[in-house]
Amino acid sequence: MRESDIHINRVDWVTVLLYFALVMIGWFNIYAAVYDGQAEKSIFDFSINSGMQLVWIFTAIALITVIMVADHRLFENLSIIIYLIFIGILIVTPFFGKEVNGQTLSIGFGSFRIQPGEFAKFATALALAKIMERPTFDLSKTKNQLVAFGVLMLPVLLILLQPDTGTAMVYFSFLIMFYREGLPQRYYILGLGFIALSLLSLGIKENIYIVFGITALVIFLILLGKKSWQRIVAFSLIGLGAIAYSYSIDFVVSKLPEHQQNRIMVLFNPDLDPLGVGWNVTQSKIAIGSGGLWGKGYLQGTQTKFDFVPEQHTDFIFCTLGEEFGWIGSLVVILLFLAILYRLVVMAERQKTRFSRIYGYSVISILLFHFMINIAMTIGLFPVVGIPLPFFSYGGSSLWSFTVLLFIFIKLDSSRAQQLGRIN
Amino acid sequence: MNDQRPVVILIFIFLIGAVLLTKLFMIQVVDDSFMKKAERNAIQRVVDHPYRGLIYDRNGKLLVYNNPIFDLMVVPKEFHVKDTTRFLELFGITKEHLIESYNAARKYSWVKPSPMIKQISTTDFAKIQDFLIDYPGLFIMTRSVRSYPEPIAAHALGYIGEISAGQLERDTLKYYSQGDYVGLSGIERYYEKELRGVKGVKYKMVNVRGIDKGPFKDGEYDTASVAGINLTSTIDRELQMYGEMLMQGKTGSVVAIEPKTGEILAMISAPFYDPNQLTGSDFGKTYTRLNRLETKPLFNRPIMAMYPPGSIFKIVQSLIGLQDGILVPETTFACNRSLVACHNHPSPVNLFGAIRNSCNPYYHQAFRKIINREVSSNTFKDTEIGLNDWRDKVLKFGLGSALGVDIVGEKGGDIPSSKLYNRIYGEGRWKYSTIYSLSIGQGEMLVTPLQMANLAAIFANKGYYYTPHLIKAVDGDPSKIPAQYRYKNEVGVDARHFDLIQNAMAEALYGTANRAVIKDLVIAGKTGTAQNPHGEDHSVFVAFAPKDDPKIAIAVYVENAGWGGRAAASTASLMIEKYIKGEITRPALQEYVLAGNFIY
Repeated sequence: MRESDIHINRVDWVTVLLYFALVMIGWFNIYAAVYDGQAEKSIFDFSINSGMQLVWIFTAIALITVIMVADHRLFENLSIIIYLIFIGILIVTPFFGKEVNGQTLSIGFGSFRIQPGEFAKFATALALAKIMERPTFDLSKTKNQLVAFGVLMLPVLLILLQPDTGTAMVYFSFLIMFYREGLPQRYYILGLGFIALSLLSLGIKENIYIVFGITALVIFLILLGKKSWQRIVAFSLIGLGAIAYSYSIDFVVSKLPEHQQNRIMVLFNPDLDPLGVGWNVTQSKIAIGSGGLWGKGYLQGTQTKFDFVPEQHTDFIFCTLGEEFGWIGSLVVILLFLAILYRLVVMAERQKTRFSRIYGYSVISILLFHFMINIAMTIGLFPVVGIPLPFFSYGGSSLWSFTVLLFIFIKLDSSRAQQLGRIN
Repeated sequence: MNDQRPVVILIFIFLIGAVLLTKLFMIQVVDDSFMKKAERNAIQRVVDHPYRGLIYDRNGKLLVYNNPIFDLMVVPKEFHVKDTTRFLELFGITKEHLIESYNAARKYSWVKPSPMIKQISTTDFAKIQDFLIDYPGLFIMTRSVRSYPEPIAAHALGYIGEISAGQLERDTLKYYSQGDYVGLSGIERYYEKELRGVKGVKYKMVNVRGIDKGPFKDGEYDTASVAGINLTSTIDRELQMYGEMLMQGKTGSVVAIEPKTGEILAMISAPFYDPNQLTGSDFGKTYTRLNRLETKPLFNRPIMAMYPPGSIFKIVQSLIGLQDGILVPETTFACNRSLVACHNHPSPVNLFGAIRNSCNPYYHQAFRKIINREVSSNTFKDTEIGLNDWRDKVLKFGLGSALGVDIVGEKGGDIPSSKLYNRIYGEGRWKYSTIYSLSIGQGEMLVTPLQMANLAAIFANKGYYYTPHLIKAVDGDPSKIPAQYRYKNEVGVDARHFDLIQNAMAEALYGTANRAVIKDLVIAGKTGTAQNPHGEDHSVFVAFAPKDDPKIAIAVYVENAGWGGRAAASTASLMIEKYIKGEITRPALQEYVLAGNFIY
């Protein structure tokens, strides 16, 4: 008989503690978000969301237990199968799922429903880890790049069919993991340049300034290096392309569905339509901004309590925190997130197998992306995208998927001593 | 090469954290505009309007009170009716009204209340009160409007209305806000500060749909309203009511004053209006209608209409002459009708006879002596000095400038000085023959009915008056009325000179105003006729009674009613009888006044 696969003393308790801290703070905030001073319902009341969240928390603990007692090899061995299962579910979701507001996000029976898009994240992370594990797998090679992107894009395309742009966007966070695993830097420079150019083109009304800026930059770059004809032609072409892009982006945006267009434009001018599209951002900023340094006190928030902020217990849960605990409360929670992310980087770097490390960085990528985009959107730094704040936002699918995602890595980490070192 | 990449990723992670925390710091700590926006969002300041002070008459009878009116409100979201027929029957409305008001309410808001039936009377309210519980989504909202048990004294009491933009601007203490009701005229305006009370404030929280979510911080910042102070008016409700009855259909004024105190017992401006009309939601419409009427019912004649004092002024002339020693009771002048017209009476007359018979030539000659005292050899100069000297003495009788009654808009009348004649004729180019009309209260001289009544009070008091006023006590305390109403004004004529005047006035009644005579009640009175270039003269009468212990001084003006001995004297006599005896013993005279045919 082989030994039990549980290695309690090897479990990274710091991460587990940070996880529970965030989950509990989240739970208290969900109660605050749905609290009604006139109804005086207990935080445990199952008729309100905090009571239900408690159910999700306990079931999440059950999931953790299952993951921790399972054999660590299971995840690696089943990774492709798990991936294929979720791809299969994503394929059938549009046919059998429940349609709400034109989106088919969830599938299930009766009141038991899950959002496969949420769970496909860890499945994709496992699949990518499995595929990229081979020592010969080199992300600087085009063939390998295509394979990795293929595995990544399959769920993205299926999720876009639901359609759920927000969740689909999350998959681009794997680029962080790809970066760690050696995807050439120039892609990132080009990508960031592209994003910066898009933002500037949308933000600045007079495109002529951007033309001047690009021209100056191209001349500067040409003068900086050796002055070969190829370089001059290449840089000039890139510059012209950038200028053309800058002029065409307004056109491209105008071709987007209207609600997405508005979400982008509101970012640059929240006063554009404070009662319409800008409502969410405006109200969310008011709620957080009115918290001040110390906040209004637990359950004392007026903005989130009286429904001024929409979706306050799910995607906009950070508003409740910002309003009732102020900047200090925000600081504590953001530091907790930074701490867990830092801890995960440390853990990922100490893995002995490439599989575990890739998986670890996938977890980091997904958590970081959610954390960054969710909070940025509540304070008007990013367009409103419907993605939850990990461990905080109300909802079973969200909490379970993050829990499974995280604890598979904790499990892998705790078993690292048994794994054969295959680090490249 | 990949060794640096974890570090780059860590830097990226912390950079994200720093950006988020910086932005949060900017909106949470640096920028405080969000707090105000949050308050505007969720905290509603509800003003608790205090009850306005009540106004009682001098005997404790109510003149003005606050009438609660009930509006039946409906919240469409909660409202449903099972048996419509029974509902319509209970609430006394038609099906059309129900549908119409419900649709209007829905259009306004699904969750906020709108009125379904406005201004339900107290009796109807009592009827439906018990059934309200059967109909969810219905409730009663109470408001209060000014109300008047008797439709009297509209001008004196005044009215309240929404504060104007200009008033709001002048309100430097920022007590008022848009939509507040303030006293706009009469007592309501003059005693606004006492009557209005102190507003309270409640802070309540509302959610995004404007629905009440309870008090903010458990009412920590709430203040209770303080009800306005009740006032006791000097007005005698019965007398005022009787006076208004007598003045019905006429144009003019009646002012009755208690001489010893200056308290105004009745102040009637005819034509009048029912003060109940200028309350509630129809204020604007009614005000515009009243304001457009040719009879000008909003015009407060006792304090705003100005007439030449006419013959009554002869008493003032007599008193000035007596005090200066220019006249003595024995001073005699011939009734020389070549100087000025007169009517048939024995001639010559002494001072008593002159008052009794209202002899014009007597005052023409006496006034010349008052004016031209040969202080200057230049007749023109002498007249100018004499006129200004005389004017100073006249002003002490409360003439020539506003008395300062406690309602706004009082006119001062006019007693001319040399300045006026210098302007008209040029300096040194006018003399006594230019201004002799003043001797008999005609010419360039104007007084208000209130000033006339005050003159009667001076005659009754033998030389002093208290500024006429309408409020006797504030919060039941007489010492809280404005100090100027407790100040005794001396007119500068010794009391001994008044005996002759009073006797002559009592006698005059038999000569010029027989109708005014009451058995066992000695009235001292003087008729007057204010000349009216536009039509029939105005009938004027001033009097006080009883002569030996005056309880009431009165001035009556009836416009276009001819000679003072008829309309005005009869009305004054009835008022005096009503006030002193409490009953009318001469129904025929009352009929005569009510009929109102004074020109024959």
